[in-house]
Amino acid sequence: MEYQNLFTQTQVTGPASHGVPINAYDMRERTKTIGFSHLMGRLGNAQLGPIYLGRLGVASLMFGMTAFFIIGMNMLAQVNWNPLQFVRKLFWLSLDAPSPKYGLTFPPLNEGGWWLIVGLFTTISIMLWWLRTFRRAQALGMGTHVPWAFASAIWLFLVLGLFRPVLMGSWSEGVPFGIFSHLDWTSALSIRYGNLFYNPFHMLSIVFLYGSVLLFAMHGATILAVSRFGGEREIEQIVDRGTASERAALFWRWTMGFNATMESIHRWAWWFAVLTPLTGGIGILLTGTVVDNWYQWGVKHNIAPAYPAIYGTITDPALSAPVAPVAQGDKK
Amino acid sequence: MKNLTQKISIALSIFAVVMLTACERPPVESKQTGYRGTGMDQVNNPRTDARLAKINELPAMLPSSPDGPKAGEVYKNVKVLNNLSAAQFSTFMVSMTAWVAPNEGCAYCHNVQNFADDSIYTKTVARRMIQMNQSINGNWGDHVKTTGVTCYTCHRGNNIPQNVWFNPVEKKGGNMLGNANGQNDPLATNGYSSLPNQPFASYFVAGAGPARIIGDTALPTGNKASLQETENVYGVMSHMSHSLGVNCTYCHNSRAFSSWEQSTPQRVQAWHGIQMLKDVNSTFISPLAAISPAHRKGPDGDVGKANCATCHQGVNKPLLGKSMLSDYPFLAPTSNKPKDGNQIAKN
Repeated sequence: MEYQNLFTQTQVTGPASHGVPINAYDMRERTKTIGFSHLMGRLGNAQLGPIYLGRLGVASLMFGMTAFFIIGMNMLAQVNWNPLQFVRKLFWLSLDAPSPKYGLTFPPLNEGGWWLIVGLFTTISIMLWWLRTFRRAQALGMGTHVPWAFASAIWLFLVLGLFRPVLMGSWSEGVPFGIFSHLDWTSALSIRYGNLFYNPFHMLSIVFLYGSVLLFAMHGATILAVSRFGGEREIEQIVDRGTASERAALFWRWTMGFNATMESIHRWAWWFAVLTPLTGGIGILLTGTVVDNWYQWGVKHNIAPAYPAIYGTITDPALSAPVAPVAQGDKK
Repeated sequence: MKNLTQKISIALSIFAVVMLTACERPPVESKQTGYRGTGMDQVNNPRTDARLAKINELPAMLPSSPDGPKAGEVYKNVKVLNNLSAAQFSTFMVSMTAWVAPNEGCAYCHNVQNFADDSIYTKTVARRMIQMNQSINGNWGDHVKTTGVTCYTCHRGNNIPQNVWFNPVEKKGGNMLGNANGQNDPLATNGYSSLPNQPFASYFVAGAGPARIIGDTALPTGNKASLQETENVYGVMSHMSHSLGVNCTYCHNSRAFSSWEQSTPQRVQAWHGIQMLKDVNSTFISPLAAISPAHRKGPDGDVGKANCATCHQGVNKPLLGKSMLSDYPFLAPTSNKPKDGNQIAKN
């Protein structure tokens, strides 16, 4: 049972680690106080700090918090500033995108203007935070794998809120800021464009998403399983394989004939994670711009099977009507 | 310490599972209704079914003889149902009172000094509503089949049926914040979703556009329906689903919502229902705003109009498909076999 646990059992406490000294400037930007938390130690490292906020971090937080504040004020106004109703309806409340009639123009504040401002501020905030991760990685002499993985998520974010609405010629295509409303938007997008499950890039994204989950489970389980042999000291095991690595590798060769290595498993994980939003973003970008009905697209490319018509022949009742139906949105 | 941690983590996991699932207490029964693998199922819960059966029991029906002198000859100022026997007529008046104004009694519609007097607006409304019943049962067999409707289908003992809708009024000017876009508010009308909750004016009145937002072709060929229109349709569909107590797959194959070929026959019946609502709301109900007092009107000065919930009230067939017409045949005077053409332009 000792090694089959949910929480980290070992709490290593020692003198506070201030990290590698880099230069006077970078030292200046770190918080001086360092704390220890037993509960944090159960989840990760017990040491809190030093935090490096820096100018980029401060600017990013300011833009992000302003956006958060504007969303909150809009939601509060929707419940007539009633804090109880605000809590009760929090998941329903939303700051919505402008109506289609405004196209790509700037609408009145209360009709989507706030949405555009919040979108701009959130984007600036996220970009600054990205720059911050990049700069901090460089300052520590690390590779820039973390910022580039983050950039993949930002790509999907920009596709949803900027690139696709611009290509569609309307901010109304953007995602609302709200808990349920953004989920409704997701379903509505899929319904409007004939079922996103038939979008091959959506399929790829799901493959990488579920693949990421699978890899995460396999890797986490493998390392935990050999931690009694020192398996969690992965970096050492990369250059000097010990019995933990050998056993883990043999386990996977036994069970599926192939094993990733202590090093390559992290490339698997990184690429699967990065490709999830990357492919997803491509799928969203194609939706509405070059494909209008993914189900019909699937039929055209023989990926949507036909099922027996067990209800008999069902036909559109509007076709036998005196007035032909017009697609909504057409000139009436 | 270790045991305690494990216990706490197990307790927390169970708590999380309970909190994260908006669950319905079992048993939940699912019944396959479509071809295998298509996910066409209907989900029911015997407890919910028992509750619905209870509130959908038929009221006591009062039989009466069609023989004897006609109501039109016996009573003055009888403009509808005047060819009923006086016995049938007065029995029906008693039934109507029980269905619509059980607390107020005859005086809800009649000047009790002079029953022939038309001075109380509710009497005119009731007369028009009888004509509406006859129109629905006579012309909308495509939707109501031979089951038909009576006053009770909607009213259930209330002056105004419990589920009606009013035109939403857009707040104009003065506000810099807080535009909820007619959505983001959990209401029963659309199944407590955050979708548009007053989409009825766009679909349930004469001249309203179709709900067709999905294009027919793989590549863009001019379908400009926006996501907002889609959410409106989504809202009205959630309303239908919630009103009938069914899932999307009661009518649609969710892999291709717009495809009629893959839909169930119920979708055709629902389509006729929407056409019926346009007729009923525009021909019979909306004009009553002219004679209705202020307390019956919504913020837009309109009267409460019908949507799917008005009759269905949570079940796929109002009153669980039990017909009351056998005792009130005069509410379906003309043939009510399904016909093709109806008076409202179909779109």
